[in-house]
Amino acid sequence: MEVFVVSLLNGLVYGMLLFMLASGLTLILSMMGVLNFAHASAYMLGAYFAYTISTYIGFWPALILAPLLCGLVGAAIEMFGLRRVHRNGHIAELLFTFGLALLIEKGVQMTWGLLPVPYRVPELLDFPLFSVYGTHFPAYRAFMLLISALMFGAIWLGLTRTRIGLVIQAALTHPDMASALGHNVPRIFTLVFAAGTALAGLAGVIGGNYQVTEPAMAFTMGPIVFVVVVFGGLGSLTGCFIASILMGLIQTFAVVFDVSLADLLAKFGFTVTSGTPFAEVLNVTLPRVGALLPFLMLVLILVFRPRGLMGTRDT
Amino acid sequence: MLQGKWLAVFSGLVLAIAGCGQASAQATIKVAYTDPLSGPFAQVGDANLKQMQYIIDYINSKGGALGKKFELVPFDNKSQPSDALIALKSATDQNMPFIMQCSGSNIAAALIDGVNKNNERNPDNRIIYLNCGAVAPELTNEQCSFWHFRFDLHAGMKAEVMVRALPKETTKVYLINQDYLFGQSVQREVRNYLTKLRPDVQVVGDELIPLGKIKDFSPYITKIKASGAQALLTGNWGPDMNLLIKAGVDAGADLHYYTFYAHLAGGPTAIGAGGDNRVLSVMSYSENVAPAIGNKEAEAFGEGFRAKHKFDFSAAGFRTIFEYLQAAVNKAGSVDATKIATAMEGLELKDFLGYDTKMRKDDHQIITEYFVGTFKKGTKYDAEGTGLGWAPTATILAKDIDQPNTCKMKRPGAS
Repeated sequence: MEVFVVSLLNGLVYGMLLFMLASGLTLILSMMGVLNFAHASAYMLGAYFAYTISTYIGFWPALILAPLLCGLVGAAIEMFGLRRVHRNGHIAELLFTFGLALLIEKGVQMTWGLLPVPYRVPELLDFPLFSVYGTHFPAYRAFMLLISALMFGAIWLGLTRTRIGLVIQAALTHPDMASALGHNVPRIFTLVFAAGTALAGLAGVIGGNYQVTEPAMAFTMGPIVFVVVVFGGLGSLTGCFIASILMGLIQTFAVVFDVSLADLLAKFGFTVTSGTPFAEVLNVTLPRVGALLPFLMLVLILVFRPRGLMGTRDT
Repeated sequence: MLQGKWLAVFSGLVLAIAGCGQASAQATIKVAYTDPLSGPFAQVGDANLKQMQYIIDYINSKGGALGKKFELVPFDNKSQPSDALIALKSATDQNMPFIMQCSGSNIAAALIDGVNKNNERNPDNRIIYLNCGAVAPELTNEQCSFWHFRFDLHAGMKAEVMVRALPKETTKVYLINQDYLFGQSVQREVRNYLTKLRPDVQVVGDELIPLGKIKDFSPYITKIKASGAQALLTGNWGPDMNLLIKAGVDAGADLHYYTFYAHLAGGPTAIGAGGDNRVLSVMSYSENVAPAIGNKEAEAFGEGFRAKHKFDFSAAGFRTIFEYLQAAVNKAGSVDATKIATAMEGLELKDFLGYDTKMRKDDHQIITEYFVGTFKKGTKYDAEGTGLGWAPTATILAKDIDQPNTCKMKRPGAS
């Protein structure tokens, strides 16, 4: 029971962090059709910006400034790079963002060095909020939950209740029609790209000190975010939200259950011995492959439901 | 007028550079060094490179070998065996007598194979592989080669050091390792030495994790706590170790962490002050060893590096490598791989701390003293500016880790 409660909390925190990253990507992907490989790089930039800013004026201003900076970087990328590349089709865009991701990683290595930087949780939040059966739940994790919940609410309200949100939604599905009605669709693209990058930056600000701020952080976070976006479905914020939480919980609980296929077979009265074919594979326990489960789910959903969990159109 | 002046300066420069090139080409002993210098593991390669360069400068200032200076030639292998083999090819093409590599036993295995083949096919252009940190025990047992010399203790020896450092009160331990060649051998060896040396210790959990895939270790910490373990023993390195310890410290788990690699570049920064008196690491050296044994010269050597590069000097083992090279080349009397390898076999030296070391003849594995350090406040030299440093808590002498081997060495000309 205690393991269950603690794991549930941990899974939620991790899921919400994934959501912060994935929400920006899903907006960009569904609106512009750009599979933005540099999205996780914005996450990394957010963390590094926040580290540098926090050494001068503290964590709280960094929480606002670092995402804004990331948004500016995003806007610049869209206006001066992506928009030109856009004419040459999606493959060109894909390769463009891929190259960009490598450049940003190298740039970060040259600016901040190869080693992790000491980006720490602010002292105000550096205490255990409560203990569940003797395991501390740090206040900072609660803060992360709060920020991501606020963000989810803000995006959702913004997209469904404001005029600009409605225009974005229109441009998402019918860009030509929105353009014909006199809306400046390229500017909306820039806005969405900048906002998506800023969200990733915000995730970096609060994820960088929760994990470790180092040049490899984009590289390790990148693949899982794509899984969430594809799994959740194109153009669906709710799908993205569900997928994030699901991935967080799956990865957390996979660790806790020490079972293997052999145990499952044993339930049906079939014992696996070392002589059984594939005995090695059957005896692999769930924690050993837990981190790979999301990728298995990605493959399955692409085969059986290509539009994703809540997607409105095919990938 | 001005143009003419510039032209003169320019041509002077060109001549000077050309002159340099010529002089160095004749007078240096080249050591190819291949490790990840870009990509996610670049931090390790980069730190190694700086420390090696510092050591080489010192060895050269002490006369090099046979009146020649050593020269380090770095090749990026991006953690890929195929790229390491390309580096090996470049090294043999340029007639370099040594290739050195530290990270990754899979790469080391590929290099041993590549070096064996090259040396068999090209008897007049042979190369010696200096292993500065690939620690799978197989490399000096089943796979042992006359051309391979390992200058770090292998995983079995490190495991023994770790088990010997476990305090009497610790009776319940949890094992977490990465699911690949290295992690699995750590798992096997630690269990092996626990049974042999500490039958009173109970292994309450034993897990393998996918390499570099886990971003949140909190669920593992929950599980470890539930198991009632007092100590966590891990061979993890890089993010897999940093995030594991960070998650444990954040959750306020009452654990001691016994690691192989927490002291390497990036570890102390990632762990931070929360790891005070909780994290221990099996290491070849810490800067606090020198003041602890009162060795002023060794202390000054580390300080010199700090002054130059603004980060810690941890690679005393690399100095031992180059001292062995210097001694072996001098003993061989020529820069010929076969003669040097023969000279290096069974060589015994005192390292710069004054301890006995030996390059075992039967498997080319170095036997050297090793330390266990505790990460804590108030040490003379802190690590990575964190305010905490590695205080030596245990010293295991070379003679105590002289484990047996199963190597059947094939020497050139003997077959």
